[in-house]
Amino acid sequence: MGIIKTKNLVHEFFRRDEEGNVEAITTALDHVNLDVKEGQFIAILGHNGSGKSTLAKHINALLSASDGTIWVDGMDVSQEENVIPVRRSAGMVFQNPDNQIIASVVEEDVGFGPENIGVPTDEIWERVEHALSTVGMKKYRAHSPNKLSGGQKQRVAIAGVVAMEPKCIVFDEPTAMLDPNGRKEVIATAHELNKKKGVTILLITHYMEEVVAADYVYVMEKGKIIMDGTPREIFSRVSELKEHRLDVPQVTLLADELRKSGVDIPAGILTREELVDAIMKVK
Amino acid sequence: MSIIVDKVSYCYSEDSAYKVQALKEVSLTIEDGEFIGIIGHTGSGKSTLIQHLNGLLKATSGHIYYNGQDIYDEDYNLKDLRNKVGMVFQYPEHQLFETTNFEDVCFGPKNQGLDKKEIELRAFEALRNVHFPEELFYQPPFDLSGGQKRRVAIAGVLAMHPEVLILDEPTAGLDPAGRDEILGLLAQMKRELGITIILVSHSMEDVAEYVDRLFVMNGGELMYEGAPKDVFRHYKELEEVGLAAPQVTYLMHELKEKGLNVDLDATTVDEAKQTILAALGR
Repeated sequence: MGIIKTKNLVHEFFRRDEEGNVEAITTALDHVNLDVKEGQFIAILGHNGSGKSTLAKHINALLSASDGTIWVDGMDVSQEENVIPVRRSAGMVFQNPDNQIIASVVEEDVGFGPENIGVPTDEIWERVEHALSTVGMKKYRAHSPNKLSGGQKQRVAIAGVVAMEPKCIVFDEPTAMLDPNGRKEVIATAHELNKKKGVTILLITHYMEEVVAADYVYVMEKGKIIMDGTPREIFSRVSELKEHRLDVPQVTLLADELRKSGVDIPAGILTREELVDAIMKVK
Repeated sequence: MSIIVDKVSYCYSEDSAYKVQALKEVSLTIEDGEFIGIIGHTGSGKSTLIQHLNGLLKATSGHIYYNGQDIYDEDYNLKDLRNKVGMVFQYPEHQLFETTNFEDVCFGPKNQGLDKKEIELRAFEALRNVHFPEELFYQPPFDLSGGQKRRVAIAGVLAMHPEVLILDEPTAGLDPAGRDEILGLLAQMKRELGITIILVSHSMEDVAEYVDRLFVMNGGELMYEGAPKDVFRHYKELEEVGLAAPQVTYLMHELKEKGLNVDLDATTVDEAKQTILAALGR
């Protein structure tokens, strides 16, 4: 079993009228099956309202399933006694860094998590130091978080999760509010955690460029997984993705357009280097 | 008819130890009916600048002229200015509060003191203009998707009949199709209603595709202005200040280095396709 596994996971949201009678049911997750191996870098795509964030919240036991099962690190999340251990093995980074930072000094913010799970003081400081250097923010440890840029704040939020030493981190659109530099910083940090520390990463994003370097991609729609495969396999299916309100990286789109105009370029181009090579070959 | 920003400087907490100079002698002109993009890294002064344009912030020094009138004149009616220059803040859907979408859109015109019939006409027209589905007009806004909520919020500003519409990152957090819909809508409003659009964005690809002219902010100063292709020629300098050019620009430079004779000014997928096909002799 992988670090995250779901079997027919279902989540239903109920809308009730003033008397508490059920007015409408929205199925946010509809029999989702996935199996994530430890150490993988996974990306999840899908349009707004496709169920991505609902899935993410199940991994952290923030929601409980209407039906089906989810196991995190081998533990059944629906069991009451597993909730706290599950939250320790799976950390979460949200969209808006300002909603995740609570302390007035960077190092105290990063230490908040470990302090709450009763880590001894000496070890808290070790973890804080280690977490801040992992995200490249050690220099700012004594700064006030509100003077940092968006990308830096988001990295502090990531350090706060790293300090909990989770096996897996779920990033729910961590770059939606950042400028290009901030986006690069955050994505590079996620990849580094994955490569150097072997942390399993689940990245939810609307930026197709950020998906290119993932090991495996799941595409969601109406609470179902409708496509899965490597980034190259997924992005070869340009028109299908567009139907699902999604997109492909700009270079992939350009390669596709050129191919349609009769230029002999292979499908599934993902990077600028690949496209440059392909174009120079047909020159 | 235009907006002229003349040597505007602005300091936050001017008389305290925490003084921050957010704008330094910024001068620029925005003509009627233009689609303007403003880019700059976080903290470069973009949001401070746009809040000056409808008088939410008052410059520490310098002047702003709207249609030839100094908005800092004692007898200038700032309320009137705010009716003409509409502002859509980041995550505008967080500002929806009424019981139905229609009621929410009515809020702005209601505060302009219009009569009931005119208010409802405008709300109807505005929701139509943002292509909001009619069967949802009288539903509560809270069950809508992110993109739809954002349409309602934009309609709320449109219903006030602004001459200028300022939007602070209107596509943040939207899926690619939602993003294209909102940007396409803005381009259409510019074209059909003649509204001046000012768009603050972090997406170089989006501004390259849609805007007529770009302003690049850096450290509170105006660093570059011009058509996207002119601005993105400075892609190396843009990177140094935490920005970037569209992916296509980099691709063009790499192809040129390898000896393919492409047009370096191509910034959109379509332009790139044309110049590559031409260079390959197809």
